[in-house]
Amino acid sequence: MEKITTHTGIGVPLRQSNVDTDQIIPAVYLKRITRTGFEDALFAGWRKNPEFILNQEPYSAGSVLVAGPDFGTGSSREHAVWALKDYGFRAVLSSRFADIFRGNSGKQGLVAAQVGQDDIELIWKVLEESPGTEVTVDLEARTVICGTVTAPFQIDDYTRWRLLEGLDDIGLTLRHEQDITAFEARRPGFKPTTLPARS
Amino acid sequence: MAEHAAGRTLAEKVWDEHVVTKGSDGAPDLLYIDLHLVHEVTSPQAFEGLRLAGRKLRRPDLTIATEDHNTPTLAIDKPIADPVSRTQIETLRANCAEFGVRLHPLGDAEQGIVHVVGPQLGLTQPGLTVVCGDSHTSTHGAFGALAMGIGTSEVEHVMATQTLSLKPFKTMAINVEGTLKPGVTSKDIILAVIAKIGTGGGQGYVLEYRGSAIRSLSMEARMTICNMSIEAGARAGMVAPDETTFAYLKGKPHAPQGADWDAAVEHWKSLVTDEDAVFDEEVFLDANELEPFVTWGTNPGQGVSLSESVPSPEDFGDENARAAAERALEYMDLQAGTPMKDIRVDTVFLGSCTNSRIEDLRIAADIIRGRQKDPNIRMMVVPGSARVRLEAEAEGLDRVFKDFGAEWRFAGCSMCLGMNPDQLEPGERCASTSNRNFEGRQGKGGRTHLVSPVVAAATAVRGTLSSPSDLDPLPGAAAGSTATAAA
Repeated sequence: MEKITTHTGIGVPLRQSNVDTDQIIPAVYLKRITRTGFEDALFAGWRKNPEFILNQEPYSAGSVLVAGPDFGTGSSREHAVWALKDYGFRAVLSSRFADIFRGNSGKQGLVAAQVGQDDIELIWKVLEESPGTEVTVDLEARTVICGTVTAPFQIDDYTRWRLLEGLDDIGLTLRHEQDITAFEARRPGFKPTTLPARS
Repeated sequence: MAEHAAGRTLAEKVWDEHVVTKGSDGAPDLLYIDLHLVHEVTSPQAFEGLRLAGRKLRRPDLTIATEDHNTPTLAIDKPIADPVSRTQIETLRANCAEFGVRLHPLGDAEQGIVHVVGPQLGLTQPGLTVVCGDSHTSTHGAFGALAMGIGTSEVEHVMATQTLSLKPFKTMAINVEGTLKPGVTSKDIILAVIAKIGTGGGQGYVLEYRGSAIRSLSMEARMTICNMSIEAGARAGMVAPDETTFAYLKGKPHAPQGADWDAAVEHWKSLVTDEDAVFDEEVFLDANELEPFVTWGTNPGQGVSLSESVPSPEDFGDENARAAAERALEYMDLQAGTPMKDIRVDTVFLGSCTNSRIEDLRIAADIIRGRQKDPNIRMMVVPGSARVRLEAEAEGLDRVFKDFGAEWRFAGCSMCLGMNPDQLEPGERCASTSNRNFEGRQGKGGRTHLVSPVVAAATAVRGTLSSPSDLDPLPGAAAGSTATAAA
């Protein structure tokens, strides 16, 4: 994973709450077996509407999505994060994220920055009044800056550290290989196994 | 989990039993995973990741796969028509063969929706940690397992290490006391819970469903409740195991046997929240007051009792909720003030990991038996697994559905998310026993009302959203006798 310390890019105001992952990427696009190439799938349903924010210049070149509360609810599909990243987004700002989406973002280097709803409203105003305004997401300082608005954001320490260092989770866990093996030796015998295959 | 001086909750006990290494300085705990369920949609990139890194799948004996999201529910003996779906299924088959994972493919008696298959095989057991690349993994919490949906990066992580890095959750008790009225089911409980706490209310929590109303539910009804925990924002929901749980498991193919059974049950009995344990949050619901519950909007929190009317955006104090309601009414093509029971639907879908088990089919069959389907309604019945389908056919339920005029399909996720050909047309309105009423979820432009199997069946008779109490009594039957007991 690439290291991220700070990102600056055009902010996209998405004035909507409960943006579920079915909206971020409809199920029909989940049939692919690749991990990239989902840019066409992002908000595929809504992008058919010419008035949708990503169909408007200069928002179409945005890389920081500023959304309403409860972003990323519903399905666990990590494709939602892949689609956002493939399109060009590097950060999403919301006052509340669904747990699984937040976790998936951290694994893939998309910054899910939790910003208070009052600050979200201020940022929306700036982005709507001055389209094309850039938003800076400073992971080190845990601050977002948009025009005259400077706001703190929350992200858990561990995710922030991994993003800053660009660390691979599996590699980190495998440092504990001996602990895992020791744990396995202690597991009760009555726990089920899926093998051998059915008779 | 959170540190408490007092006793521990069920979730905390299961968590503590699985800690491989305790995180310090804000780092997550490393939790051991007892059971990893795999399906075709969220696994190909994870298998590919293992291959690219030259890693093995650590515990094939704790991993099981089935095909469900893409599979057709008609003509399953023919090659899958959609080439992209076919490729995804074939990729799963090749990956399972390469990494030594047991797979139940289309046509196999144990194929079906992953959350129906795990319990019916007896693989889902109390006190386990269960994960799957699917948010409805919360279903398995009905057994007192800590079960949660994960993303594909985490799927790869579990494949490689049989562990997951997780930050402790907070705990929330959902207390449901009382007795459900006839025709009110566990689906209505969970829809009411979501309407009460909202789609984000459970974020960061594990929910534990408790109280006399929960205790009196069957295992399948408990699965329906835990299944939709994610719709309240909670990654996991649990019910403490009890005699109902043990009776359900006894004799299942992968349930412990002999001395192992005794040891397991003894341990399982310890998996209850201690009396002096403290939840971070508590919610109370009166089962006596509950009515059949249905959704009117485009998120599962936008629901009302069936006897109520479509709300007005002005009813919502919060600006975001008001805007969401406005948008939802437009998408759903509904007028505020319309009685829910006046809403005419085109399609009834009985299926999905929420409500496709044998009890769900029995409940619906009991209501439609001897009745006529509304001629304008299309009804699809999709059993949750091939095993459920076989069981239903052995009981003659397939005949009840077919005589009624419903389509009797093969097992899979089907119209819950329309990754296979089972989709709504734009503008088509559906009463669905599934779990998500998101825009376009069941097909582009489709409109979904989430309902219980009871309401689904009654709606198929009348053509409008209905409960069994709205049905004319069958000749020779006393009024109201069709209302099925609480499921």
